[in-house]
Amino acid sequence: MGVPFKADELFLDMTNKTMPYAIELRDISKRFGAVQANKDICLQIPAGTIHGIIGENGAGKSTLMSIIYGFYEADTGYIEVDGKRVDIRSSQDAINAGIGMVHQHFMLVENFSVLENVILGAEGGTLLKGGINTARVELQRLAQEYSLDIDVDAIVEELPVGLQQRVEILKALYRGARILILDEPTGVLTPQEADHLFRILKALKEQGVTVLLITHKLREIMASTDNVSVMRQGQMVADRETVKTNKEELAELMVGKKVRLTVDKDDAEPSQVLLSARNLSQFDEQGVKRLKNINLELRAGEIVGIAGVSGNGQSELLNVLSGIEPMSEGEIHIADQVITSKNPKDAAQMRDLKMAHVPEDRHKMGLVTGFEAYEAAVLGYHNSKTYNGKILMHRKVMIDECNERMAAWDVRPPNPHLKTANFSGGNQQKIVIAREVEQNPDILLIGQPTRGVDIGAIENIHEQIVKLRDAGKAILLVSVELDEIMALSDRIIVMFDGAIVGELDAKDADERTLGLMMANAYNEEKEGESA
Amino acid sequence: MFETLILMLDATMRVSTPLIFAALAGLFSERAGIVDIGLEGKILGSAFAAAAAAAIFGSAWIGLGFGILASVALAMIHGFACITHRGDHIVSGVAINTIVAGLTVTLSMYWFSMGGQTPTLSGDARFLSITLPFANALADVPVIGLIYSELLSGHNILVYLAFAMVPVTSWIIYKTRFGLRLRAVGENPHAVDTAGISVAFLRYRALIICGILCGIAGAYLSTAHNAGFLKDMSAGKGYMALAALIFGKWRPVPVLLACLLFGFLDAVAIRMQGVVIPGIGEVPVQAIEVLPYVLTVLLLAGFIGKAIGPKAVGRPYVKERA
Repeated sequence: MGVPFKADELFLDMTNKTMPYAIELRDISKRFGAVQANKDICLQIPAGTIHGIIGENGAGKSTLMSIIYGFYEADTGYIEVDGKRVDIRSSQDAINAGIGMVHQHFMLVENFSVLENVILGAEGGTLLKGGINTARVELQRLAQEYSLDIDVDAIVEELPVGLQQRVEILKALYRGARILILDEPTGVLTPQEADHLFRILKALKEQGVTVLLITHKLREIMASTDNVSVMRQGQMVADRETVKTNKEELAELMVGKKVRLTVDKDDAEPSQVLLSARNLSQFDEQGVKRLKNINLELRAGEIVGIAGVSGNGQSELLNVLSGIEPMSEGEIHIADQVITSKNPKDAAQMRDLKMAHVPEDRHKMGLVTGFEAYEAAVLGYHNSKTYNGKILMHRKVMIDECNERMAAWDVRPPNPHLKTANFSGGNQQKIVIAREVEQNPDILLIGQPTRGVDIGAIENIHEQIVKLRDAGKAILLVSVELDEIMALSDRIIVMFDGAIVGELDAKDADERTLGLMMANAYNEEKEGESA
Repeated sequence: MFETLILMLDATMRVSTPLIFAALAGLFSERAGIVDIGLEGKILGSAFAAAAAAAIFGSAWIGLGFGILASVALAMIHGFACITHRGDHIVSGVAINTIVAGLTVTLSMYWFSMGGQTPTLSGDARFLSITLPFANALADVPVIGLIYSELLSGHNILVYLAFAMVPVTSWIIYKTRFGLRLRAVGENPHAVDTAGISVAFLRYRALIICGILCGIAGAYLSTAHNAGFLKDMSAGKGYMALAALIFGKWRPVPVLLACLLFGFLDAVAIRMQGVVIPGIGEVPVQAIEVLPYVLTVLLLAGFIGKAIGPKAVGRPYVKERA
C-alpha cells in the first residue's frame, strides 16, 4: 500500500526521480466522533496525470479531499505538494499551494454573476472594478485555452448545472490551481455534459494540470484516468495503473470481501403475489426522475433483496412503496387495491393494508429519540384501539406490551422508560423491527436492517427476518451491505440510477457479478467478452 | 397647501433619520447573514449612553462617541452569541432588547436620580440645526426659496449624514471587495469559506458597522431630535427599521424610500392631531398614531411573498460534520 507502482517499471521509476509528485499524502487519518473516516491514507500522484479515486459512498473519499482542500484538518499525517511539505489549515492555504476543488455541491453564490463568483476571494484590490476587468480578460483566455466558454455576465442560478460546474472549474483555474480535485463531478450532469467535462479534463492535463477525480462510477475511471486508487471503509486498499486493471477487479476491490455472514435457512417456497409494482416512477422537486419505471413483484414466503450502491433510487423506492412519498407514475397493486398517483394512500393507510415498514434511517424516520422506549414502540400504531381509551392512552397496556417485546427480542437494557436515544444502535433497531413485525403484517419493507448494529444483534435480526418469511410473509430488503443481501435474499434485484438493471436468483449471485451490476457495467462487460 | 406639504416633508426628514441609520445598520447585518432584531436595543442603549456622556462632558460629539461605543459593544455580544457560539439570532436579539430596556433606566436613576431620565441638554451638548448658506437670502424666492430654506436647510448634521449614508452604503455593498464578500456570506457562507475567507471575521466586521450606524441613530434621538434620554425613547424604531429593510428588499435605495414612507406617515400622524375632518369630526390621536404600524403590517403582508432575503440569513454557519 502507499507505493502505487512497482520499482521495476522503468518509466515510472524515472518520473519518480526527475519529477516530484504533484501531491503526496502521508499517513492521513481523520476521525469524526466514533467514525474513523480516513485511516493511514498514503497516496502519490504524479504531476500532469488524471488520477481516479474510487470507492462506495461512505468510503471516505470526500473526507480525504476535504482534508487536501483544507476544509478539515487531518488528525495525523501530512501533505506534500511538488515535493515540499505544506501545512494546509484552511482553504486559503490550499489555494496558495495551487490546489483547486470542484465540490459535489457547488460552492457558488447563486444570485451572483459568473464574474462575481470567480473573483470572490481573489478580487485583486479593495475595489471591485480592477478585479472584474482583469477577470474578464483572463476568463476569455481560459475559455479559449480549455474550451470553457461561458457568458461571464450571466447570473449563476440561471445557468444549467453543467455550466455552473464550469464556473467552479474556472474559479479554481483563475486562482492558478495546478492540482484540480473534482468530487463526484458527473452526479448532476447529463451524459453529454459529462463527456464535455472529460474533454475539458484532458485539455487541462495536456497543459500540465494534475486532476484528481473522485467517483464511484467505474466507467468514468476506465475512460478518463491514468491511475486509480481504491478506497474502502476509510482506507486506501489498492493503487493501479488504469490500463493494467479492469472493471471487475476494481468492483471487487471497491466492495471488498468480508467475513461471510451465514444465515441458516431452507429454500423459499414463494406462493401468491402480495404486492406488485407496475411501471413505478417518481420525479423529485427539480423534475429529475429518481425512480425509473420500476416493475417488481413480492410473493408470500420470499425475501427479495435490493442491491445497489446507495443513492441509486433504493430510498425513493421504499418511500413510494410505503406511502411516505407519492408516486409520479405507475401503480401499486396490494390486497385487491390499486394505488396510483390519482388514488394515493399515505403511510398510515398502507399500514392498514398490512404492510409494515422499517425505515432505512431509524433516527430520522424510525424513532423519536426523545421518546421513552414504550412510546417509541407504538409509533405508527398509536391510534390503534389497543392503546387508546376514550380520552387517554392506556399507558399500562403500552408498558406491559413493551416489557414483553423487550424480553422476546432481547432488548438491553429491558427498560421501557429509557429514552430511545440512550439505547445502542442495535437495540434501537430491535425496538423498531419488533414494533413492525409484532403487528403481524403480510408485507414487510425493511431498509438497512443492520446498519450500525453489532454482530450479535445482526444474527438475531437476520433470524427474525427469516422466521417471518417462513411464516408466509413477503419481505423486501434494501441494504447496501452485499453480504447481507446475499445471505438473506431468495431473489436479488440490482438498482442503478433509479432503475432496475438486473435480477438474479440468490443461488447464482456472487460478489463479482453483483458488483458489476451495481456499477451498471455488467452488460458492457459481457459484450466485451463475447466480442 | 404647498407650505403645509413642505413643512410635513421637513418633519419627515427629521423623523426618518433614525430609521435610515437603523435600517442601513440592519442591511449590513442581514446581508452578512445575521438577523438583527436587536436594532431596537442598540438604538436605545446608544441613546442613553450618548445623552449621559453629553450631559457629563457637555459635548454632543463625545456623546456620539459613547453612543457608538455602547451600540458596538451590544453588537459584539450579539456576534459572540450568534457567530462564535452559533446561537439563535432571534433569541440573542430579543435578550439584548430586554436587557437594554431595563439597564438604561436603572443606570440613569442611579447616576442622575431623575426618574429614569438624563439631564436636559443644551448648547454644545446637542446637535443643533445648521443653516445652509444663503438660506435666509433665498427664503423669499417663490417655490425654490421655500424648498431650500425650509426643507433642505435647518437640519442638524446627523440628518444630512443619514442621507449621505445611503449612496455610501450602496457603494460599499456593490463596488468594493468587502461588499462582494458581505453579500456572498449572507447568501452562501460555504462559498466564502471555500474561497479561503473567514466567515466569522467577515460577519463580525459587518456587525461592527451595524453597531456604529445604530449608535448614530441612538445619539440622534437623545442629543439631536430630543434634548435628553427618556425611558423607552426608541419606541419601536428598531422594529420599524427592520420592516423598512424587508420592505426595501435589503437594497439601500428602496430601503431609504421605505424609511421615508414610514417617516412621512409619522409626520402625517403628528400633523393630523386635533384636525377636524368634515363629516367625521376630530380624528382621535390614537387612530392616527397607529397608522404607520397598520400600514407596515399591511405592506408587509402584501409584499412579504416577494421579499426574499439573503438565503443564509439566521442560519448559524457550521462546516459539514466538523
